[in-house]
Amino acid sequence: MDNAPGYEITIADIGDRFFCKDGQNVLLAMERLGRDGIPVGCRGGGCGICRVQVMGGGKYRTLKMSRAQVSETDAAQGICLACKLIPQGDLHIRALGSLRQSLR
Amino acid sequence: MSFTGVMRPGHTCIRVLEMGPALTHYVDRLGLINTGEDEQGRVYLKAWDEHDCFSIVLREADEAGMDFMGFKVFSTGELDRLEAAVRETGCEVERIAAGELTGCGHRIRFVIPSGHSIELYAEKDYVGNGLGRVNPDPWPEGLTGMQVNRYDHCLLYGPNIPDVVDFFINVLGFDLTERIIDAQSNMIGAFLACSNKAHDIAFIDFPEPAKFHHASFLLNSWEEILRAADIMGMYEIPIDIGPTRHGITRGRTVYFFDPSGNRNEVFCGDYTWYPDREPITWHAEELGKAIFYHDRKLSESFLTVVT
Repeated sequence: MDNAPGYEITIADIGDRFFCKDGQNVLLAMERLGRDGIPVGCRGGGCGICRVQVMGGGKYRTLKMSRAQVSETDAAQGICLACKLIPQGDLHIRALGSLRQSLR
Repeated sequence: MSFTGVMRPGHTCIRVLEMGPALTHYVDRLGLINTGEDEQGRVYLKAWDEHDCFSIVLREADEAGMDFMGFKVFSTGELDRLEAAVRETGCEVERIAAGELTGCGHRIRFVIPSGHSIELYAEKDYVGNGLGRVNPDPWPEGLTGMQVNRYDHCLLYGPNIPDVVDFFINVLGFDLTERIIDAQSNMIGAFLACSNKAHDIAFIDFPEPAKFHHASFLLNSWEEILRAADIMGMYEIPIDIGPTRHGITRGRTVYFFDPSGNRNEVFCGDYTWYPDREPITWHAEELGKAIFYHDRKLSESFLTVVT
């Protein structure tokens, strides 16, 4: 990429790649670059729309997320919300977001 | 018209993931005033032009969303009458002692068919709006951020909308001001008023119960809506949609999110409701225009993003 510290994020199913600056969350990095692949919701860890799973052994940390959206079991399997996902290395992720339609 | 039963939305308790960023959002950015904290760590906030000691309660929790929404009723006599009316429907009613929320009189709480906890109360400590009641100035100095005037309404998502509407009209004395119907004439959205506003509470059909769509705060003008959106730009507050206009209620609006993902709205300019009017009907196939009048497109997030 460029000289700014950061990591390459690959969205597994579609193979799309984008750059995430050190300390930035994955969803914001995607949005700022005009990319897609992960559904965007509240951007605050509350709604669960941007659920992803980190594949393989990528290094990352997460900020506080709603337990209604990510259980402890989920978290142990690398499931988290992209808006609270801070990479600490290159990551391969899979979007899980299920958009629940509210109106019939 | 006279306000004899339920008067207005009086408070909403919002769950936040972290109190620090939540206070920056609700106090520094929206401009609510912090009126205190209780021994449970809940923080009480009011908008400047409200006279009671709080309207928003923030509770730090592991999940975002809304704990309950409370309405102020005109008198303790009316509260007793409404409690009996709610019990008569077979609905379980919880009595909560005065002081459980700091400065609030005794409350009754019950769960409506959409799964939401609704409260009624008659008394809350008066603190005023800072301008006094004799020869007052029009507004106080020293307000921060968007300077919202007052908490106005909530939109809630859940199932059983026709039952909810029946309860609000026939038990709590609300009027239906606007409704959304699908092709089979099922009511899938409802806007209800206990006052002469276009809505004091609204519901949209959703498979999961007890979901929170937004809490709305009143501003005075389109210019103030634009200024609020500028503040969202300055501080990178995520905007959901707007500034734009709603078809339903005619409100001018911005939807945005707090740091825990709970949606807020700043809005101005609905119409005046009187109880001799008939409700407005919107067809589901025109829902884009009903919700976002200018581009007439329903956003995916309006229908799916809730806490």
